[in-house]
Amino acid sequence: MALDAYQKREFKQVGTRPNRPDGVDKVTGRAMYGADATAPGMLHAKVLRSPHAHARIVAIDTSAAEALPGVKAIVTAADFGVPEDAFLLDVQDHCMAREKALYDGHAVAAVAATSLAAAKAALNLIKVDYEVLPHVTDVDEAMKPGAPVVQAGRAFENVPAGMSENVTHHCEFGHGDLDAGFAKADHIIERSFRTAATHQGYIEPNACLASVTSDGRADLWVCTQGQFFYRTLCAAILGMEASQLRVTASEIGGGFGGKTMVYMEPVALALSKKAGRPVKLVLTRDEVFRATGPTVSSSMDVKIGMTKDGRITAAQARLRYSGGAFHCGTVDFGAQAAFAAYDLEAVQTLGWNAMTNRPKESAYRAPGAPLSIYAVESVVDELCQHFGLDPLAVRLKNAADKGTKSSYGPTFDQIGLKATLEAAKAHPHYAAPLGPNQGRGLSCGFWFNFGGNTCVSLSVNTDGTVGVTEGNPDIGGSRASISLMAAEELGIPYDKIRTIVADTSSLGYNDVTDGSRVTFAVGLATIKAARDAVQKMCSRAAKIWGIDEDAVEWVDGAAVPAGPNAGKFPPMTLAEIAAVSAETGGPICGHHEVNADGAGVSFGVHLCDIEVDPETGATKVLRYTVFQDAGKAVHPSYVEGQMQGGAVQGIGWALNEEYIYGADGKLQNPGFLDYRIPVASDLPMIDTVILEIPNPGHPYGVRGVGETGIVPPLAAISNAVSRAVGVRMTELPMSPPKLLKAIEAKG
Amino acid sequence: MKTIQVSTTINGDPAEFICTPDETLLDVLRNRLGLTGSKEGCGTGDCGACSVTVNGRLVCSCLVLGAEAEGAEISTIEGMAEGETLHPLQRAFIEHAALQCGVCTPGILVAAKSLLEKNPDPTDEELRYWLAGNLCRCTGYDKIIRAVQVAAAEMRGA
Amino acid sequence: MQYVAAKTADEAVALLAGHSGTARVLAGGTDLLVQMKSGMVEPDLVVDIKRIAGMRDITPEAGGFRVGAAVSGAELGEHAGVCAMWPGVVEGFNLIGSTQVQGRATMAGNLCNASPAGDAVPSLVAAAAVARVQGPNGTRDVPIRDIPAGPGRTTLSKGEIVTSIFLPARPARAADAYLRFIPRTEMDIAVASAGVSLVLAADGTVESARVALGAVAPTVLLAEEAGKVITGTRLDDETLARMAAACEAICKPIDDKRGTIEFRTRTAGVMAKRAARIAYDRAGAKA
Repeated sequence: MALDAYQKREFKQVGTRPNRPDGVDKVTGRAMYGADATAPGMLHAKVLRSPHAHARIVAIDTSAAEALPGVKAIVTAADFGVPEDAFLLDVQDHCMAREKALYDGHAVAAVAATSLAAAKAALNLIKVDYEVLPHVTDVDEAMKPGAPVVQAGRAFENVPAGMSENVTHHCEFGHGDLDAGFAKADHIIERSFRTAATHQGYIEPNACLASVTSDGRADLWVCTQGQFFYRTLCAAILGMEASQLRVTASEIGGGFGGKTMVYMEPVALALSKKAGRPVKLVLTRDEVFRATGPTVSSSMDVKIGMTKDGRITAAQARLRYSGGAFHCGTVDFGAQAAFAAYDLEAVQTLGWNAMTNRPKESAYRAPGAPLSIYAVESVVDELCQHFGLDPLAVRLKNAADKGTKSSYGPTFDQIGLKATLEAAKAHPHYAAPLGPNQGRGLSCGFWFNFGGNTCVSLSVNTDGTVGVTEGNPDIGGSRASISLMAAEELGIPYDKIRTIVADTSSLGYNDVTDGSRVTFAVGLATIKAARDAVQKMCSRAAKIWGIDEDAVEWVDGAAVPAGPNAGKFPPMTLAEIAAVSAETGGPICGHHEVNADGAGVSFGVHLCDIEVDPETGATKVLRYTVFQDAGKAVHPSYVEGQMQGGAVQGIGWALNEEYIYGADGKLQNPGFLDYRIPVASDLPMIDTVILEIPNPGHPYGVRGVGETGIVPPLAAISNAVSRAVGVRMTELPMSPPKLLKAIEAKG
Repeated sequence: MKTIQVSTTINGDPAEFICTPDETLLDVLRNRLGLTGSKEGCGTGDCGACSVTVNGRLVCSCLVLGAEAEGAEISTIEGMAEGETLHPLQRAFIEHAALQCGVCTPGILVAAKSLLEKNPDPTDEELRYWLAGNLCRCTGYDKIIRAVQVAAAEMRGA
Repeated sequence: MQYVAAKTADEAVALLAGHSGTARVLAGGTDLLVQMKSGMVEPDLVVDIKRIAGMRDITPEAGGFRVGAAVSGAELGEHAGVCAMWPGVVEGFNLIGSTQVQGRATMAGNLCNASPAGDAVPSLVAAAAVARVQGPNGTRDVPIRDIPAGPGRTTLSKGEIVTSIFLPARPARAADAYLRFIPRTEMDIAVASAGVSLVLAADGTVESARVALGAVAPTVLLAEEAGKVITGTRLDDETLARMAAACEAICKPIDDKRGTIEFRTRTAGVMAKRAARIAYDRAGAKA
């Protein structure tokens, strides 16, 4: 068993619900977010954006803008180099269009001026000569030979012949004999599905404050999910050494994956460098929608065969995703996740990515998985209807379990799918009566969960308190859960610990806050850092007692002699050891760095009741229950919060959220008015049931919880709606006009 | 653009500022007075993150001109606690995990306080409709509704 | 840009009439500031009318009410007299935007913004309300229906402002209602809407009715045929179906991001029949 492995224990603090350490700052308005910082001599920046979906940039004339009083710097692509690395070039091109504007809203120039008004006025004076090109925003259209080519020369070698050059990626997963499997089925359903692109919809627009000094040093204050990754990208694009660029993560006003990628931060740094002054750049909501985020849009075919007693005999999915105007590998996640919930003898998923004239995709909570699982869970539901089988029983019959060879390759260790399905089956929600025009839907969901590069330092202060320094921005209460794990391991009260998020100069590299990795990986590193400090404290106690280091152990926050042979000494607490640390060898710190492995996959099941107004096609969510395996729930309130928040984002995706493009290739709804995220009055309470099936790969059994929750709602809602109206819905969002049309077509 | 001098009361204290005629109250609060607790999520009245009260009325400060504030009494999130003592809503939000990222929180607290002053015992539905203009993307609203009800009960002395 | 908080209506009219550039009236500002933010309009002059005496008053007049042009939705919603007499007018107005927007938005502003989807307007048209308009050539009273000229355009002349809206007196057995269709429960622009005002006869049948439809034509439509269909009836299902059909027959909506022609047309009829039912029940309850 690995040293990091789960060991059953009685928790004293983990699993309780203390107040979060950043709570008071956040309820009093004191917390500092991306747009809240200022610097002496600060300039304000604005970005000029393409009004065209696809256009060659023939020339940019900035002379009139430069002459405007107050304007201190203007940058265009000409101010940046051309990185050799294809990924880095894409990132840079996304921040500032080089030869072509690839989507409506693509940045083409930026201005820094002494006031926002001057910067805005300067934008109007920049003359861009565009040669408008044919565009394509639909994934199926983009894959056809002869489609307008978004970027030439980007197709992968494995893309089948005959497809458009826009197709940049192809993947395949699965095992078994499909033909034999389908031959065994009593019924086969094959359907096509489409989903619209959605946006993470974080309430805080992207914002940063960049300061580059003439000696080549730079600081960047930014709302980000990953200050270290932002440093890597910005330093590479700016041609700086990493050590010279310090990136500080502000408090972050929502990310959901959308703040894992730079959008305008390199531009702010370039402007600051050119102007020789600090530059603040805050996106407007319109810019957030047009030029950051969104998810992929998709078109999918799913074919599943089932026996009349509900056993799936074969399953196949063909996924066509578009991640916008750049190469995107998110379809891999979709293809791997599609059938993860099922124990299948014959399964195949095929995926393609096609470029379209849309902004570059960014991660959004379980990227890629909600779509493919929506399609799969819809077909499974329809098969259950066909045979008159109970949809939970069918899922239990086919559920993946420990030892199942997953559809994407690995064999599962201990997983919680069956436990969540059983919990749903036993819940009163599942047996509650339904009224007219109402339907009940359910869906399984899955996410891999990530580990990754992680580094934590822990310092024992001489007054007996402890500081934990970690490197992942806190997007949902992670400082509380990290503090809890440190308190548990050290055996001191939670409120004796203060956890902070370090800037890039204060700690080793940490991967982005993504993949539901933080509570798992940072928690792991925190536990190990605490154990490192404990070992040192035991050593100090041994020194004071004059006994062998191995003869001291740590019990309930104090060093004690390990057994009667070690000698008779009263326990020495953390505070007592810390108080005399100067006499025993100096400060006491614990540290741990790891590229964490062993993140346990997570499954969830969502159950929902909806009612459709048959005269308008409006859907009301009446009742919603989330069942999810969290591994060990470190701070249950924030685990519930992740489950509720994910569910509601999924509800939005299912019902009303979508990127709407006109025939002109322009985004028609870049604002919260017409990009309709759920409002408080749209929703019922979101009930939660946390299952705790320990992850064998974490000392406390922790799994990630953040992402799985957005996966099931798409199909759960669609299955409920389809059952309520008696028509199988195959397109998201199920906005009222679409739903009314389907109802009326049924007659 | 010629600036305008404006005299107001903010969180009970007299406040004077100058602003341009097209400057919003939100920009004045954030950029001229250092009151950055009010957030700009959209600038168009669709998200509620900039909620303040003007003469006791709940408004989006992004939809008010700074110049309109002449003689007005303005309350912002920075004035909600009395010194070290948090308002019951603020306490309930922390204790019941009603915030995750926290960026919508100031606006929601200001809006919820405004409701409870008019209606100390709202139903969940009244509360949800009152707060419909305050977008939260993290919580799904569940814990927000519960926390406001806890605070409301405490304030009623229940 | 220049900002002036006018002290009298005469001053506001003189400023607007005498200005050569782009001038805008500021009442609640919930449309104007959004348009300024997006760059849709860059006014040289903004005239704030909220500090003009009477603009924020709700005054009983001739058995009805005169509502000042700067009265906010929240203020009107708290006025028991107007709520009792014209519940549909109040509910239409109060559906505009959020609680925060209600703290500022005005009916006159919603009317003069001239969006076909303005939520305050259908009920005002159904109510046969009248706008009082003051301009360089004096004051005139204009039926609400005649103010919008098309999306974003009004029939007001340069320098003219709406100073108040008059809601007429009602017989005892009369009521109104407003419904709109939106994809969410709040915070959306109407996809289709209907305001219905009706008066009941002593026998409980509809004596007279006015039906107005929003968001299905360049301006709010007065659905005269739909009003006739329900007159003399007790709003049985068959009548309501005919009423919905009469509404559908006059819809001339556009296809856009908020709804298709087909969908707007269908839901306008649905909203109208449901609003009629509510108005009918309200009027009956007053008996």
